[in-house]
Amino acid sequence: MALKNRLFKTILFGFAFSPKLNINILETTRIAHFFNAKLILLHVGSKTPEKESKVKLILSEIEHKGLEIDVQWKEGKPIELIERACKTFAIDLLIIGALQKENVYQFYVGSIARKLTRTVCCSVLLLIKPSEERVPCKSVVVNGLDAPDTPFTINAAFYIANALGAPQITIVEEIRQKDIQVSVQDDKSLKKANIVKERLKHREEHRVRKIVKEIPNDFKKKITIKNQSIFGKSGYSIGHYAEVVRADLLVMNAPAKSTILDRIFPHDIEYILSDLPTDLFIIRN
Amino acid sequence: MTPKANKTKAFVEALPKNIFSGFVVSLIALPLGLGLAMASEAPPISGVIAAIVGGLVVSFLGGSNVTITGPGNGMVIVLLTAISTLGDGNMYQGYLITLAAIVVSGLVMILLGFLKMGKLADFFPASAIEGMLAAIGIGILSKQFHIMLGNNTINGSVISLLKQFPAAIQNLWITDATSVLVAAAIGILSLLIMVFYSKIRNGFFQLIPAPMWIIFLVVGLSYLLTAFNIEYPLPSDFLVNIPEDVTTNLTFPNFSKIFQFNFIIAVFSITLIASIESLLSIKAVDKLDPLNRRSNVNKDLKALGLATVVSGMLGGINVVTVIARSSVNVNNGATNRSANFFQAFFLAAFVLLFQEQLRKIPLAALAAILVYTGYKLATPKTLQKVARIGKEQIVIFLTTLLTTLFTNLITGISAGILITFIIHIILSKSFSLFFSHIAKPNILMFKEPDGGNFYISVKYFCSFLNFYKLKNKLDEIAEDKDVVLDFSMCNFVDHTALESIESYVDTFQKRGGSIELIGLDKHGADTEHPFAIRKILPFAKRSHVEETLTKRQLQLKNIALDFKWEYIPEKNKKTAFLSDFVFFKSREIRYFYNQLKTIKTNGQLMDVEFTEGAFIAREVIKTTLLYLPLPRNVPVFTLDKEGLIKYIYHLAGFKDIAIKNHPDFNRRFYLSGEKSKAIQELFTDELILFLESNPYYHIECNGAALLIIKKERLLSVQEVKAMLYFGKQLHQILQ
Repeated sequence: MALKNRLFKTILFGFAFSPKLNINILETTRIAHFFNAKLILLHVGSKTPEKESKVKLILSEIEHKGLEIDVQWKEGKPIELIERACKTFAIDLLIIGALQKENVYQFYVGSIARKLTRTVCCSVLLLIKPSEERVPCKSVVVNGLDAPDTPFTINAAFYIANALGAPQITIVEEIRQKDIQVSVQDDKSLKKANIVKERLKHREEHRVRKIVKEIPNDFKKKITIKNQSIFGKSGYSIGHYAEVVRADLLVMNAPAKSTILDRIFPHDIEYILSDLPTDLFIIRN
Repeated sequence: MTPKANKTKAFVEALPKNIFSGFVVSLIALPLGLGLAMASEAPPISGVIAAIVGGLVVSFLGGSNVTITGPGNGMVIVLLTAISTLGDGNMYQGYLITLAAIVVSGLVMILLGFLKMGKLADFFPASAIEGMLAAIGIGILSKQFHIMLGNNTINGSVISLLKQFPAAIQNLWITDATSVLVAAAIGILSLLIMVFYSKIRNGFFQLIPAPMWIIFLVVGLSYLLTAFNIEYPLPSDFLVNIPEDVTTNLTFPNFSKIFQFNFIIAVFSITLIASIESLLSIKAVDKLDPLNRRSNVNKDLKALGLATVVSGMLGGINVVTVIARSSVNVNNGATNRSANFFQAFFLAAFVLLFQEQLRKIPLAALAAILVYTGYKLATPKTLQKVARIGKEQIVIFLTTLLTTLFTNLITGISAGILITFIIHIILSKSFSLFFSHIAKPNILMFKEPDGGNFYISVKYFCSFLNFYKLKNKLDEIAEDKDVVLDFSMCNFVDHTALESIESYVDTFQKRGGSIELIGLDKHGADTEHPFAIRKILPFAKRSHVEETLTKRQLQLKNIALDFKWEYIPEKNKKTAFLSDFVFFKSREIRYFYNQLKTIKTNGQLMDVEFTEGAFIAREVIKTTLLYLPLPRNVPVFTLDKEGLIKYIYHLAGFKDIAIKNHPDFNRRFYLSGEKSKAIQELFTDELILFLESNPYYHIECNGAALLIIKKERLLSVQEVKAMLYFGKQLHQILQ
């Protein structure tokens, strides 16, 4: 799969006037700079001269001058507006500031972020810790699920790692428990299960190697590539893994359309969304 | 020779041993079978039927290896309750209906086996189970004490029976019935045999188990009396009642009450207790297995269920796995399931051949055996053991014990679970910790790429509520592998989890592997017991570090002794000597702890806590590192494998350095520094060979000292040892 030169041409950031506004804008402009993209800042709410001057002041202080930045003011329901804006402006990447852990107080903010993640038509970047000064991104973890979107996601991860200057990518293959088909009950079944696991691991690694092989060398030469197979709950394990290895960015496939049932019986990406381990990049093809 | 023929040969070779140990076990199983059935108010023979059926069925279909199956002491109280309530006062009717309940509970157990519910036993807090077992012990003891003293007709609740103990002893002085006095004498003598048996060191005496000595003596006495033409002083209601012909006088269950509420409750209690007793016993016996095999608990559950159905149909009580008889079995050299089969075989032979003699056994003698069994379940030592773990465990233990005594087993164990949960909430000062994470997965396991050991990380909390998740992962690892179990992301670990983990640690150790717990050192604990609940409380300060050392800390202390180093567990904030390493340029060291140091070279190994980044982006990281001052000045350099931290060093003005004639070394390691020439001189062939042939470490030199790091996490004790040894050798080479 050949990678487009610029994966993210237009980036949208919906902002609110919170104490973190300054940091949020600094971080998003930095990202727009790395991706060489146009940045649209959207505020859902009324436009007042006071607010306008505040934004202007912040924008005058950003590190990377010469960025194409467009500030939009709209009134209405946040989710609908952002969804519509993604379509009308042909947005490639939506950036949302998210809180690391959802609890009752943060539920409102968190739920907007999660809802958007599920419904918008473009890729989403959830930032849990925007910072005033640049924190270099050192390690990227990307999923290697056996899914049709995965090759594109891995490609995108390499593109992102290059753009951000991250020196290491770990591709995590989550292998579902049910694929093993042998339940461990005694020494004999344990041996059998281990043989099956070893075989599955090889199969998965082979599959991922094939994807990596097709990535142009230019993207790979500066990056150490690691593989890690994990047997466990898919969608959960990778988040926990990213936390354990202290990854700076987790890149995931976009979830398929989810229903109310998925909220009640969380699966795949829901675990990560409810307990964000790191910044999360969701790639939608 | 084919493997199959090999197996047959091994089986035949081991047969004599198994036959022998089966015989010894049957000697215990006979009196216990009679006694346990009697204590449940079922006909004594029903216990023997359970043992015979259990041995025959489970030895063929079971999934464990050296376990013995038969009537269990845990069942006494449930069966007693069932028999006395289901029959509406008529004990015999109650027995017949209870048989039906036993059959149904057997079917439920088969179902549990098919549903792979072998993990059921893990959902019960350890102290609550201890409390329940103690309550069962007191229940058995309270009634059998009276029978031991010749009072066969007494009835009532456990509490009222306990209250009558003084009166029962007084009665011996008041009564003028010889039979009561003779029974009491036999009972007390039997109890003395049970108590002092283990204290007599005589090979001949120890050949026969204590319960069988009692049977021999009392039956022998009756023959002696007949020989002297003296009438046996005990009438038949003081003796064991065994039907005329055991094979034709079988009783059959009465299924008439099957849909009544009482019946369903009985089935539920019987199944619950039978499963818990069996599962706990299987787990315990696995630890005794000389061949270190892993039992298939679900297969065993199915076999036990089937055995229970058959036993119930023939008038026998429940079949469960029993720990005491199983350990006797192992001690006598059993190696496979055939021992259980021979136990049943000999038992059947005894009953068929010695029916006449069995009828001579006084109830008081059996009661004495049971009093001893009951006491063993409820010794004050149990409370002591529980108390040592922590005060909260006493509360759990006593709540379960008292609730069980005053109500019933099901209420008792439920109360135990509830109080444990409440105590956990109080101790962790958080309800949401448990509530919001209970349904989520919390375990990550993967094989670490270098070294191939398994790494398991546990998040949120780990208690009896979700221990099965961790257990599932641990079960998937072969016991000869090395495992690092990391609790640093886990805020609360309870006694049940730690105790179960400890049993895994034992098993792994026996089979050549290891499990090491890391990340628990920072958790607070209230007692020094290794299973004390460990928790991290926000804003709380730990005061007495040295009083509550974790196992890892104790082992570190031992390593310090081995290397003749000093061990200091406390926090130390004097970290300035580390800050001029490039590694710590952008990282802020908070403090270090678990320090091992030597005065000779001033080398030290420690767990360091440092932060990366600032403000919200800050991450707290804990790493074990080794600091070694060098005797001479060396150029500043870093040696790294992945090149991951490389760019930091580039910022520090370092450049890559290649060593001539060592392409392999250059390919595998990233060596960088400022003074290329001096560094190239430092890396002699000897040093390069040493580095190439040892496991990888990140090494950094600031000119005067070395900093050695293995991984960006705390190291297990094994890894610490390896690192110290590596450092020592490296230090020597650089001299």
